[in-house]
Amino acid sequence: MMRTSDLVASAARALRANPMRSALTALGVIIGVASVVAMVALGSGAQAQVQRSIASLGSNLLIVVPGALRGGGGVRGQAGAGGGWDALTLDDAAAIAQLENVAVVAPSQRTRAQVIANGTNWSPEVNGVTPDFLVARDWNIDQGRMFDETEERQARRVVVLGQTVADNLFPNMDPIGQTVRMNGGTYEVIGILASKGQSGFQDQDDIVLAPFTTVKRRIAGRRGRADSVSQISVKAQSEDVLSQVQEDVENLLRQRHRTREGEDDFTVQNLSSISEAMAQTTQVFTYLLGGISAVSLLVGGIGIMNIMLVSVTERTREIGLRKALGARQSDILHQFGLEAVTLSVAGGIIGLVIGVAGAWGMTTLFNLPLVVSPLNAGLAIAFSGLVGVVFGAYPAWRAAKLDPIEALRRE
Amino acid sequence: MALIEAINLTKLYRMGDETVHALAGVSFSIPQRDYCAIVGPSGSGKSTLMNILGGLDTPTNGRLTIAGNDIGEMSDDDLAVFRNQTIGFVFQSFNLLPRLTALENVELPMIYGGVLPKERHERAAHLLQRVGLGERMGHKPTQLSGGQQQRVAIARALAGQPKLILADEPTGALDTNTGIEILGLFGQLNREGATIVIVTHDHEVAGATNRTIEMRDGHIVSDELNDRSARHDANV
Ligand SMILES: Nc1ncnc2c1ncn2[C@@H]1O[C@H](COP(=O)(O)OP(=O)(O)O)[C@@H](O)[C@H]1O
Ligand SMILES: [Mg+2]
Repeated sequence: MMRTSDLVASAARALRANPMRSALTALGVIIGVASVVAMVALGSGAQAQVQRSIASLGSNLLIVVPGALRGGGGVRGQAGAGGGWDALTLDDAAAIAQLENVAVVAPSQRTRAQVIANGTNWSPEVNGVTPDFLVARDWNIDQGRMFDETEERQARRVVVLGQTVADNLFPNMDPIGQTVRMNGGTYEVIGILASKGQSGFQDQDDIVLAPFTTVKRRIAGRRGRADSVSQISVKAQSEDVLSQVQEDVENLLRQRHRTREGEDDFTVQNLSSISEAMAQTTQVFTYLLGGISAVSLLVGGIGIMNIMLVSVTERTREIGLRKALGARQSDILHQFGLEAVTLSVAGGIIGLVIGVAGAWGMTTLFNLPLVVSPLNAGLAIAFSGLVGVVFGAYPAWRAAKLDPIEALRRE
Repeated sequence: MALIEAINLTKLYRMGDETVHALAGVSFSIPQRDYCAIVGPSGSGKSTLMNILGGLDTPTNGRLTIAGNDIGEMSDDDLAVFRNQTIGFVFQSFNLLPRLTALENVELPMIYGGVLPKERHERAAHLLQRVGLGERMGHKPTQLSGGQQQRVAIARALAGQPKLILADEPTGALDTNTGIEILGLFGQLNREGATIVIVTHDHEVAGATNRTIEMRDGHIVSDELNDRSARHDANV
């Protein structure tokens, strides 16, 4: 019976005897493992990114917008009774606030406006909100302060800038206390929001918050009803009651708008369910990418099998001799099996390194987080070992079964 | 009891409709320390007999006992151990592994015998010295002459401390003088106590042994002690 150390030495020696061939054979596995690792890491990165950006919108959050949700998922305005883009009102928001398990309700009016300061022009989203908006969206003030309810009621000319807006309008100075011009009016900057980063393709920091009444009266223009709102953010008290609150809000609004289910002139978006759906989509995407890459690993395995079969044929005489000198079938089986596994595991380790490097490059390029779990790395190595075992088994078995006399007679 | 007891060994090869009687019932016994030549024309069954004696092949019929082992009863793994522990093969074409040095080639049977590396090296080096290659241990087979390669092969055959050395035309690939040197080595090993069976075409070679078994068409047609062996036996 052969000692393990001798077995390893003999496999290593056989592989070193043909370095080019060994390298090319391992290359198949290297490419396979590298692409699986890179693709899964990229997919996981995208998944983490999606979850992170959706979570950044706010937790336990429902967003009520006017218009019905189409089957496909888009929101459209509805020209039915009381429909259209001003279907939601401040009264709706107030009514929602009375529901059970609702923590905060924040109506807002979204519009776009030219913001000018220091001769620089910028067109961010301008959002008319109440102070509760920050609570609903889990948003913090980075510098200065948020406007309070009095300022909101009195339609004061104050604004809080998103990070992107502040950076662009006031690149070299403290924006607090400075003024900006919008629609011909002058507004004082009283605060800067903390950065939220990208959400999908949208920069969440490209925003200006102003008191709701200010936006309604001075910026959004005379479009629609005076008390309409473009969005109501509803924060539930906890994750557990979120879907219940969603149902309550829908029922309440149907009652108030006298609509029936299916003819709604509003939509309640549950961000956590959207988040879940998107995470699932990216996960499927990850598996798909990984699966496609796994095919190349399979091809690498077939390459190993091919070369091992060639090797068994070439070394028939050697195998015969080894048997004549006392090698058992299991010794030959282990020797050739180990050669295949060594090729595939070495390929797997190199492939893992290249795959991680590739994933790092791509995630850096696409601005995604790099997600490489030790589990996935271990799985990649284990899987390449398995490829070696599976595809090395048949050639090794052929070698082990060779008739020593036949083998020795071969030239 | 003799080292080898062969009773009515037969070996059949079926080639389509034809049956070849490579061995057509041979019986003989070989005592320990014997130095025996097997001669006969090509195709007479010499190699077939050697392969069966070495546990590389099994007889179709008959009974073969070597060093107390009933060859017919042994499994593949048993035969592998038997070859490793009891038999030393020397081939016509040397059969050294070209990637290994002389020393490593000699170590090879001991690897399968589970001998520890240190002891392996020592034994292999000692054996190479014994066959006159103490200076060439690190050489690859391609760096050695035919006679030197066969010496390495003989050292390898001795590595498992075998009870029986089987050599199938060991001088067949060597020129006459080198062949004589190799035969001298076998003679020396026999005087030191080894049991050797050697297949040859060459009657000169056969004359150097104690005993000559002549085969034809799978039969033993004569089995005679040589003059020298009579003297040798008388000395014992
Ligand atoms: N594997 C085999 N298959 C068929 N016939 C064989 C095989 N091996 C040997 N033979 C036949 O058996 C006979 C004896 O062969 P062999 O023992 O090699 O003779 P020798 O070594 O005396 O030249 C020959 O006729 C040969 O053709
Ligand atoms: Mg022959």
